[in-house]
Amino acid sequence: MSSIIRVSDLTKTYASGFQALKGVSLDIRRGEILALLGPNGAGKTTLINTICGLVRPSSGTVTVDGHDIIKDYRAARTLIGLVPQELSTDMFETVWATVSFSRGVHGLRANPAHIEKVLRQLSLWEKKDDKILTLSGGMKRRVLIAKALAHEPRILFLDEPTAGVDVELRRGMWQVVRQMREAGVTVILTTHYIEEAEEMADRIGVIRGGEIIVVEEKAELMRKLGKKELTLRLGKPITVVPEALSGYPLTLADDGRALVFAYDTQAERTGITTLLNAMRDAGLIVTDLETHQSSLEEIFVGLMRQAS
Amino acid sequence: MNLTAVRAIYLFEMARWGRTLLQSIVAPVLSTSLYFIVFGAAIGSRVPDIDGVSYGAFIVPGLMMMLLLTESTSNASFGIYFPRFTGTIYEILSAPISAFEIVLGYVGAAATKSIILGLIILATASLFVPIRIAHPFWMMGFLVLTALTFSLLGFIIGIWANGFEKLQVIPMLIIMPLSFLGGTFYSINMLPPFWQNVALLNPIVYLISGFRWSFFEISDVGVGISFAMTLGFLVLCLVIVWWIFRTGYRLKP
Repeated sequence: MSSIIRVSDLTKTYASGFQALKGVSLDIRRGEILALLGPNGAGKTTLINTICGLVRPSSGTVTVDGHDIIKDYRAARTLIGLVPQELSTDMFETVWATVSFSRGVHGLRANPAHIEKVLRQLSLWEKKDDKILTLSGGMKRRVLIAKALAHEPRILFLDEPTAGVDVELRRGMWQVVRQMREAGVTVILTTHYIEEAEEMADRIGVIRGGEIIVVEEKAELMRKLGKKELTLRLGKPITVVPEALSGYPLTLADDGRALVFAYDTQAERTGITTLLNAMRDAGLIVTDLETHQSSLEEIFVGLMRQAS
Repeated sequence: MNLTAVRAIYLFEMARWGRTLLQSIVAPVLSTSLYFIVFGAAIGSRVPDIDGVSYGAFIVPGLMMMLLLTESTSNASFGIYFPRFTGTIYEILSAPISAFEIVLGYVGAAATKSIILGLIILATASLFVPIRIAHPFWMMGFLVLTALTFSLLGFIIGIWANGFEKLQVIPMLIIMPLSFLGGTFYSINMLPPFWQNVALLNPIVYLISGFRWSFFEISDVGVGISFAMTLGFLVLCLVIVWWIFRTGYRLKP
């Protein structure tokens, strides 16, 4: 799959001396949904704002579909729609006026049919003549999305689109993002909700301290960094792991009433059968067993801990 | 050139103006008319003619210029400061438009508004006193150039300001006093010689003098100097605006 955005060695040091990006390189693939995860202040917004032209990079280059974001900014920016993190709206304007303005400012002729389509898609059609200040927070967020889609961008940046949005609305938002992808739009979203990345993303990038520490297919990331654990409930509690089982990665849990076995699901042999045999030989009786796969959240927390 | 975008910004700004018609048109026209009634009709009737022009007519160009200066600055400064304040400026800065096009949209709209206001004042004044315009072409020239220059100044203020009160500082504390003292209501030839020289340090003297010349062919300073000063301010403001976009001052970190 070809990349639509290429970020190379991007750095950004603010006037205060704070280094928000420390040499970020990233290829974003055409048509994918990429989720950028990271704690507050990790550089997610700086990265997005630099690509969109709101922040001047200190060094490094970014190309959007081959167009340099500085030398060829018109071509680059025409392709991009941005939904900022803050709910910045023209409070006194109507929904229709502000969305039409967005299209105009991107240099496109008025196209009421397209604006209507976007507003209907975001369930804003009934509100088109209302002033923005009368709308709820969730609706304002959708107005910002409508503005970003008004000029039919090929790439959509969503900077924490669901922060402070209720569950139902969040699911609605995910629906819209999926529709975008089906229409061939590349979507880059930042989020605090790992559940969101897990649900939506094709690939996941993790940023910490201005550096991308990992970018990986979601499934691959979960396989590589995720662990699978088998918990074996014992008929009789034990105080130490028997000598015969010392060759297995076992830990004692639940006051000696359970043994936890960590294994790699992708390995040719997981070792489960031999372990069970060895346990029988050691005279241990297993009353129950359960397996657990670590979630993206656990992987994320693990990565953060590792990096610090 | 992304003319569609310039048009979008221009029309958006003009629509904002239309929505607040009462405060943006009626208020300045009313207050200027009050000056006109008090100083022109009431007090002016007891003031002798200045260089053969009745006092009521004499102050018309000065009042127009004063309105043009304050309205251009406040309109343009608010026009760009408000999106900075609400954060909606992100859209302008991430759109495929150049700095020149942004300035053209915002400053063009602000200048248009103050030119329209100036012409409304002129029409209102002509109801009270007979006005003749000796050089209509120059009159429009001074009107447009001054409106553009001070809209650029307003744009600069709107970018420099980091609070609503700062928006008012320059129009209220500098432009307003300087236009009062710059010959809106009198010819600087009426001042004692020492103060005449001091008045020549006031840049607004040149603007009002040139503008008044285009009406009555009377002026405090040579019309060539007035025109050169007007162009000089325009160029100065353009250089500052160019610097703002070049460095991203208060716009892009």
